[in-house]
Amino acid sequence: MPATLYDKLWDEHLVQTEDTNESLIYIDRHYLHEVTSPQAFEGLRHKNLRPWRLDANVATPDHNVPTDRGDAFNAESIKDQVAKIQVVELDKNCNNFGIHQFDITSNKQGIVHVMGPELGYTLPGMTIVCGDSHTSTHGAFGCLAMGIGTSEVEHVLATQCLKITKLKNMQINFNGSLQKGVTSKDIVLHLIKLIGTAGGTGHAIEFSGSYIKSASMESRMTICNMAIEAGAKVGLVEVDAITLDYVKKHSNLSDLIFSQACEYWETLKSDSDANFDQTINIDVSKIKPQVTWGTSPEMTIDFDAEIPSQEDVDESNHENLLLAKAYMGLDGSKSLQDLSFDKIFIGSCTNSRIEDLRDAASAIEGKKISKDITEAIVVPGSGMVKAQAEDEGLDKIFIEAGFLWRDPGCSMCLGMNPDQLKPYERCASTSNRNFEGRQGNLGRTHLMSPLMAALTAINGKITDPS
Amino acid sequence: MSNSIIKGIVATFDRDNIDTDQIIPTEYLKSIKKFGFGDFLFDGWRYLDEGRLDMTADDRSKNNDFILNKEPYTNAKILLTRDNFGCGSSREHAVWALRDFGFKSVIASSFGDIFYNNCFKNSVLPIKLSKEQINHLFEVSNFSPVSFEIDLLKKELKYKDDSSYMFDVKDSLLDRIINNLDDVDMTLKHEKHIQAFEQKRRNQRPWLFDYSN
Repeated sequence: MPATLYDKLWDEHLVQTEDTNESLIYIDRHYLHEVTSPQAFEGLRHKNLRPWRLDANVATPDHNVPTDRGDAFNAESIKDQVAKIQVVELDKNCNNFGIHQFDITSNKQGIVHVMGPELGYTLPGMTIVCGDSHTSTHGAFGCLAMGIGTSEVEHVLATQCLKITKLKNMQINFNGSLQKGVTSKDIVLHLIKLIGTAGGTGHAIEFSGSYIKSASMESRMTICNMAIEAGAKVGLVEVDAITLDYVKKHSNLSDLIFSQACEYWETLKSDSDANFDQTINIDVSKIKPQVTWGTSPEMTIDFDAEIPSQEDVDESNHENLLLAKAYMGLDGSKSLQDLSFDKIFIGSCTNSRIEDLRDAASAIEGKKISKDITEAIVVPGSGMVKAQAEDEGLDKIFIEAGFLWRDPGCSMCLGMNPDQLKPYERCASTSNRNFEGRQGNLGRTHLMSPLMAALTAINGKITDPS
Repeated sequence: MSNSIIKGIVATFDRDNIDTDQIIPTEYLKSIKKFGFGDFLFDGWRYLDEGRLDMTADDRSKNNDFILNKEPYTNAKILLTRDNFGCGSSREHAVWALRDFGFKSVIASSFGDIFYNNCFKNSVLPIKLSKEQINHLFEVSNFSPVSFEIDLLKKELKYKDDSSYMFDVKDSLLDRIINNLDDVDMTLKHEKHIQAFEQKRRNQRPWLFDYSN
């Protein structure tokens, strides 16, 4: 029977299906971080259990770590005493249970979804889970990857399996070539605008089409990363030469093992006659740079379009629109160009990879950030990204323009560390969620690409990238 | 102990897409405990000041217009809302906060996938109904406080003495709530089967094992 990529990955990892229709799926890779793991380790201790298979697990602290660490920093140096407890607890748990961790002092530490692939821990065809919804990122490698809750983190540690029911299949074909100034971030924001934040609920989304076939691994990761913002906990891209080239560079598999694995990896694509429950075709050549105006990622418009008013939406959506506009302080603003920005954040598991930093740097080289911007920060996704950017001299471009060049972590994407918005500050952000209070209590977030965020830093306002 | 009946005051949240950052902001995710999140539920809407993990509801300046700060909703057991409740992050803290506040059930037209799963691990019952049914429940609840009664065995939501809706939920998930089942214990009954599967995989896909960098 013809199968989708998701079907194939499901069958490959299916341990058993119970009468209840729930299935046990074998997990190849489990990433852990400091925020969603402590209660899971506590659960293991309570039940007197050890992790099922140690080498399936890789840990790193990322969510609440400070990003102005500099040299000679360790967990004890964290000033926020509550955050420090979590980072120290991760150290203890990894040491006690024997789990491999890239700790806060490691030059490879980083956002788990940036660090994993570049260190070769993400390999095509794996099942990958992590107590973080942006685990969908790894689907870019033809992996079945999804975020899980803390009870499931404990379950995977204890049993190496996840107990779930099968999702439906959705296919999004992105065809065509991008206009100048348009990036993978704009493509995925456009999709979320189109299908809504619940559009992919209950589905695994496979991204395909001529645009995806030509896209870099970094771009594919950005798109799969935000599948969850379209409601789908799983995003996928088939394995092709671009995938294999990346894996060859980033893993340390011997040539023999690599070529053996390639035979299998090359089968990781949907059959041409596979059946999807839903298919959507999108011509990417028509997409303009996208920016969010509201408090949900679906509240997205073309950068030069008018901010919607009540007449533009169904009556059932009036309340949502009014609440979002009030929160975002948009009274009297017709378009995004009318807004003045206070802060710029370039980073997060969506957009902190080397390609993102190159994009942003290209827009600011030789320029200075606007005097209206009180703070502009660049937070590389990992120690490896940071080192590479410094090799390429990108750090100097950012610093000379007036940006702060930071150490890796999730940072202002979710404001668990000191990088936060103050009430009513408006931020141009390359992250993934513009929820109320996400970047700081009463802060106002506008999601956009690294290129658009860099231009906003220079001009203090949203501007035309072409 | 069997938990087959849920009965209590209904608090209404008339908006779509209430995300897990609204249910509990990141500040409180710094806890390493599994309990004690009730005071931080809907923190951004419930209080006028900014809180910290070491504060309690009594230390805070309350937003008296917010439903959970008004009687009798301080004792609400059932939350009624619209579309896509619990979208966003995977944080189980969102369910812990609802549970610790006292909520036993959330009724919505749809839920975020990860949130929905997390509910059943913590004895909070998510109930999906059609948009029309949700509209009707809002009409019933909007003017004065009401109580609903949910029968988990019959899968029935009684919203008036003589009116009810049947709801659909997987028996195995419901079972977790009714009988307080633990997934780890249940899965480990298949230990041998998992071991055999793993051994086969180790032979077939050797690159997945003992990998280090």
